[in-house]
Amino acid sequence: MNELPTTAVSPLDAGAAVGDYVQILKPRVMSLVVFTGVVGLVLAPGHLHPFLAAVAILCIAIGAGASGAINMWYDRDIDAVMRRTAGRPLPAGRMAPGEALGFGCVLAVGSVAVMGLAVNWVAAELLALTIAFYVFVYTMWLKRRTPQNIVIGGAAGALPPLIGWAAVTGDVSWGAIALFAIIFFWTPPHFWALSLYRAEEYAAAGIPMLPVVAGARETKKQMLLYTLVLWPVTAAPWLLGVSGALYAVGAGGLSLLFTVAAIRVWRDESDRSARQMFAFSLAYLSLIFVLLLVDHGLGGGR
Amino acid sequence: MADDPQDARMRTIRARNRALLLVLLGLVALFYVLTFVRMGGH
Repeated sequence: MNELPTTAVSPLDAGAAVGDYVQILKPRVMSLVVFTGVVGLVLAPGHLHPFLAAVAILCIAIGAGASGAINMWYDRDIDAVMRRTAGRPLPAGRMAPGEALGFGCVLAVGSVAVMGLAVNWVAAELLALTIAFYVFVYTMWLKRRTPQNIVIGGAAGALPPLIGWAAVTGDVSWGAIALFAIIFFWTPPHFWALSLYRAEEYAAAGIPMLPVVAGARETKKQMLLYTLVLWPVTAAPWLLGVSGALYAVGAGGLSLLFTVAAIRVWRDESDRSARQMFAFSLAYLSLIFVLLLVDHGLGGGR
Repeated sequence: MADDPQDARMRTIRARNRALLLVLLGLVALFYVLTFVRMGGH
């Protein structure tokens, strides 16, 4: 019997490593998705058994990971062009495209099925909608075609609080839509801050981000407008009685700081302010949702 | 010192198999507990 030639073994012969499978789930994106989903679940009126709540959160996390895996499968050509994404398992050649697609599809179907069987089918349908919207509408349709890609596509990232809410109540109400709107209107200034200092990479990859298509000045104007829209939008949970005065004051202060960051970006011709705004945008959204949790814990809202 | 490619290959496969085993055991435990919780009227 012939022995296997040891020199001919490539890393792909063994398939991808466990760490590569974890990486294509985009764990950092997943953590923010899970957090906003938890807030939706906690703020929803009603009660859900703690184990079922944990299962709902697990399904949201796995569904988000599945979206990330399928996104990495589809975008492997442009990921290879951009410095920020060239080290991902697919463009780096550590994982075969079929492995990523299969993994993503199994997780997508599994997370929706378990959500439906364990929690309720409204939450499962919303999870399926989120995955489908991210994969088909954002990744495959909008991302490479229009500078409004992350405006419309941002809906996928904004849906997790709705799923958490629906896991408890079995429906979608105005309070849940307010949480959705906060993330939806936060997404454009967040991603445009990033794309301002990565414009060359996006242009090289052929992605029509707003700074590439309309220029830095127009992008900065749009970012400023979105931060102003976030003032009433972040006040909505308080106006709807979902949260109390503590949240309203905190959200107002944070929105003021976010607008100040956008004004700095508007005035600054270098990348420095855009980088700072991108970092602050992550803190902004996290703190808004932390405030919602804290306020709820202290008995805020009606 | 460079790893033998065959050893590296076997290590990768073994680690993946162990991870898969953990996931499957986790799913069994999940459905086991889930059955009791749902049968309890939740």
